[in-house]
Amino acid sequence: MFVRGLKRKCFDGEEDIEGTLAGIKAIPSYNLQRQSLLDMSLVKLQLCHMLVEPNLCRSVLIANTVRQIQEEMTQDGTWQMINTQSTGQASLDRLVSTDILCRSSRDQAEGKHVPAYGTFNKDFESDQAQDSSETMSTASSVQAPRNLQSNVWEMESPQENKGNFQKSLDQIFETLENKSPNSVEDLFSEVDNSYYDLDTMLTGMMSNTKMGHCDSLETFSSPTNTASNSNCKSDLNDLDHIVEILVES
Amino acid sequence: ADIISTVEFNYTGDLLATGDKGGRVVIFQREQETKSRPLSRGEYNVYSTFQSHEPEFDYLKSLEIEEKINKIRWLPQQNAAHFLLSTNDKTIKLWKISERDKRAEGYNLKDEDGRLREPFRVTELRVPTLKPMDLMVEASPRRTFANAHTYHINSISVNSDYATYLSADDLRINLWHLEVTNRSFNIVDIKPANMEELTEVITAAEFHPHHCNVFVYSSSKGTIRLCDMRSSALCDQHSKFFEEPEDPSSRSFFSEIISSISDVKFSHSGRYMMTRDYLSVKVWDLNMENRPVETYQVHEYLRSKLCSLYENDCIFDKFECCWNGSDSTIMTGSYNNFFRTFERNTRRDTTLEASRESSKPRAILKPRKVCTTGKRKKDEITVDSLDFNKKILHTAWHPTENIIAVAATNNLYLFQEKVN
Repeated sequence: MFVRGLKRKCFDGEEDIEGTLAGIKAIPSYNLQRQSLLDMSLVKLQLCHMLVEPNLCRSVLIANTVRQIQEEMTQDGTWQMINTQSTGQASLDRLVSTDILCRSSRDQAEGKHVPAYGTFNKDFESDQAQDSSETMSTASSVQAPRNLQSNVWEMESPQENKGNFQKSLDQIFETLENKSPNSVEDLFSEVDNSYYDLDTMLTGMMSNTKMGHCDSLETFSSPTNTASNSNCKSDLNDLDHIVEILVES
Repeated sequence: ADIISTVEFNYTGDLLATGDKGGRVVIFQREQETKSRPLSRGEYNVYSTFQSHEPEFDYLKSLEIEEKINKIRWLPQQNAAHFLLSTNDKTIKLWKISERDKRAEGYNLKDEDGRLREPFRVTELRVPTLKPMDLMVEASPRRTFANAHTYHINSISVNSDYATYLSADDLRINLWHLEVTNRSFNIVDIKPANMEELTEVITAAEFHPHHCNVFVYSSSKGTIRLCDMRSSALCDQHSKFFEEPEDPSSRSFFSEIISSISDVKFSHSGRYMMTRDYLSVKVWDLNMENRPVETYQVHEYLRSKLCSLYENDCIFDKFECCWNGSDSTIMTGSYNNFFRTFERNTRRDTTLEASRESSKPRAILKPRKVCTTGKRKKDEITVDSLDFNKKILHTAWHPTENIIAVAATNNLYLFQEKVN
């Protein structure tokens, strides 16, 4: 059960130490990792099973996680949507180790040890402290391009994005809820979509994220919402295009 | 063989029922001790197999309804037949399992093959006689309790009055009478008026073993509510609210997910209840709401791996837990086909593995250990080499003896305490 559309596995612990000691990439910032977690969560929410109703408990837990991240980002004032359509490399950098997220955010700020987690975690933290001082000294080569990229990615104002995002979250829940259509149009629209679901499934086109049932989520990646694009969502747009063709034919 | 999705001993422990993903129920019966085969005591052999649920299609929503059996609960035995409730996501069924070892012969109106005899051929009256036949175990559906759940059923629990039972889905709990299939009473409803405001779901529910008016239900936010059906018809107001305050120093983005309770079980005594969340098992005293009386770490070494486990969805795995007959030991499953037992008095915990390699018949299980530090000792397993596809979600303990049933994906293991 691996989440589709993610370029790289999220690694933890010792592997991360090796990665940073290699010196090629700096330890990803907390913001970057948080963004990565947010993207992962959004993709998970959109992954609807073809024929079986999605697990409500799982969806609720993921949605709550997303809300948490959103709230924190709003408080930080770092609420920005990241556009990675420009370079694949950009997205690769974003999907980095989010191990730091597994620890509390307070530890992040204070950089203190978390005694409960055993010795190998402690090693990681001391390595990290060491490494960040290293990267500070070799600053420009690593940090500068990263800053540049985030400037490029900054697209829309935080407020607008938040609105879009909230709307999308609401639509996700509407989808989960509106399995019992309460209007005739809903009834027929659902039936129609299921037909195409079966069709596309049989023709093996079901390669990626959502299909008919989650089509309220289409507005999540609608043309108006230019900022909320990631690699996963650009795939979604392709899929929309294909579905559109099917509908028209 | 299909993936086992539920395991349950009956009240005497002589029967063990398993449900699987394909909607089948397989019942095992314990062999009686006989002089000719003294070693066979304690062995469980297949007693009955039947298809409980079939896949269905909800045409209104254009969605499949899985035939996977989510839960099986036995009814206490009241006559020669055995009764159990089995449920999938939407429908609960009452099954009667009965034995037939005699056949009537010598009917007046029927031939031996069942065809009606011509009246003029009946020249004399005779009394049919009962002749022995090979034992046949028949399972027949007696009741079907359907159309009462919009969301997926996660729990059923038979009441101590042996006349009613509850069924719980993500947002509602219904009360049924075993004899009545066309009506059920809704006793808990946590569905918000606006589904966009939904932040919490029901994850498990159970009736108290002795007080027929008391039940508990757990939530995805790590809380347990105890309700008394005497207080009101709709038990949205709880009588007791159990929640452990969060440790602010260990808060992370995954805190809520790992606090979600996957199983709740009353002790046999009815004094305690046990809850299972992702990393631990907690024992609560029903008289103390603000924190559990005991907490056992099942696989704390996974705490640093939560991100990966979130990515591959393992963090959403729902582990069950169970008590032994005397409530002195609790058991729950983990990954890599490991399962853990915790002795409450001595605080001793054991990790065992359910796999073919380590389970030769009659061999004693060797305790396993997961290495959490950098230096791996011999026979220890490192966290990174754990197989997260081999998960033990369902375990059951015999009600009176130390016999345990462990479901490892599509295999069922039965272990017994060694008797010298």
